[in-house]
Amino acid sequence: MNRVAIIDYGMGNLHSVASALALVAPDAHMQITSDPAVIAAADRIVFPGVGAMRDCMGEIRRLGFDQTLKSQVDAGKPVLAICVGMQALLASSEENGGVPCLGVLPGVVKGFSLDAEFQQANADKTASARLKVPHMGWNQVAQTQAHPLWSNIANHSRFYFVHSFFVQTPSAELIAGTCNHGIEFVAALAHNNLFAVQFHPEKSHEAGLQLLRNFMAWDGKC
Amino acid sequence: MSLAKRIIPCLDVDRGRVVKGVQFLDIRDAGDPVEIAKTYNQQGADEITFLDITASHEARDTTLHTVEAIAAEVFIPLTVGGGIRTLEDIRRMLNAGADKVSINSAAVFKPEFVQEAAGKFGSQCIVVAIDCKQVSAAGEAARWEIFTHGGRKPTGLDAVEWAVRMVNYGAGEILLTSMDQDGMKQGFDLGVTRAISDAVAVPVIASGGVGNLQHLVDGVLLGGADAVLAASIFHFGEYSVPQAKHFMRSAGIEIRL
Repeated sequence: MNRVAIIDYGMGNLHSVASALALVAPDAHMQITSDPAVIAAADRIVFPGVGAMRDCMGEIRRLGFDQTLKSQVDAGKPVLAICVGMQALLASSEENGGVPCLGVLPGVVKGFSLDAEFQQANADKTASARLKVPHMGWNQVAQTQAHPLWSNIANHSRFYFVHSFFVQTPSAELIAGTCNHGIEFVAALAHNNLFAVQFHPEKSHEAGLQLLRNFMAWDGKC
Repeated sequence: MSLAKRIIPCLDVDRGRVVKGVQFLDIRDAGDPVEIAKTYNQQGADEITFLDITASHEARDTTLHTVEAIAAEVFIPLTVGGGIRTLEDIRRMLNAGADKVSINSAAVFKPEFVQEAAGKFGSQCIVVAIDCKQVSAAGEAARWEIFTHGGRKPTGLDAVEWAVRMVNYGAGEILLTSMDQDGMKQGFDLGVTRAISDAVAVPVIASGGVGNLQHLVDGVLLGGADAVLAASIFHFGEYSVPQAKHFMRSAGIEIRL
């Protein structure tokens, strides 16, 4: 059986992710859960997240998911992290004045409006062409490495983003996709059995549903 | 490569039916919201906005069920507005499957509500809806004022100053409706769209008055809007979403096709 656990730490709407997974994998057994035992018993794990990083990390730590998640990643299960779920995997975030994160992957989370390069890109623009923050809407993702989760998705397909912070990593080999909003930023990270995306596949229509379909069929190997 | 401008069909829903009025009055029935949302999803709409205009409080559960039904079948962002007054209202809508909620009169009565909402749920899901009318006379510097109660009550609030304040309070997006233009099919009020787009750093959705596809183009190129919202041109089959998208792209606008 294909058991998928969607980790619930009280941050936002998980039904969209669950409905989208149910559509692409009708035979899978899906659980929205905050129970570490259920998470440990699952074949694959979705780690979503919305909202502010301090609240997210607070809940993750309070519920003990930091250890649960790390042990599942180490166990080699396919894990898909989405949006703030992706950001939480890095070492730290600039959001809320600085928040230590899980440190599963090397790198930091930075704010568009705090970034000098972004500010420079915006300063050169007329008011009408100014780049807005949050980066909200459909933007193109360049697939920077072949990966099973990009299967049957055209390079430069558009996905739905909504975020004010972005991931920066010193390990270029982890970057699976990039996007541009005044500056180039990381849209997807891949490390062994872990795949993380800044966009919302559950809100990205055909391209997003295909990525979820790929995830549900993935054995966690690259 | 850059962010696409969005086309957002809007469903004004009264007791479980999509309706559309002219200047907030004279309502026509346009169909079942779930079916209409599915059609727009298939046509490639970038997002859907659902505005509950049901007057009676007891009919609000119908809205929750409709939102749930849409969210189970439509995999693009869904914004829900109308009657959002408490953090509990927001929580219920997000749990029902909304990605964003739109706060309107509650923000006027209690601006701190927007701060609380953004603090609790994040700016990314808090849209502030602004309904305004031009109040300056011909020859004066243009000025727009916020109105509530379907346009009957002036508030004395300047629309541009209000938008800036709402963004400072944590609004992640502004849904701007010109009540002079709504349902009139004469195009957006480009003056106020431009003024607010230039004044705030968050995305602005232009709404109210779309009668043809050039109006959508004007909203982006002249008004500076990040997204354009329309209802009746899509509901009554005058134009389809793909037609609108191709028209906007041929005008040089970045669009998701």
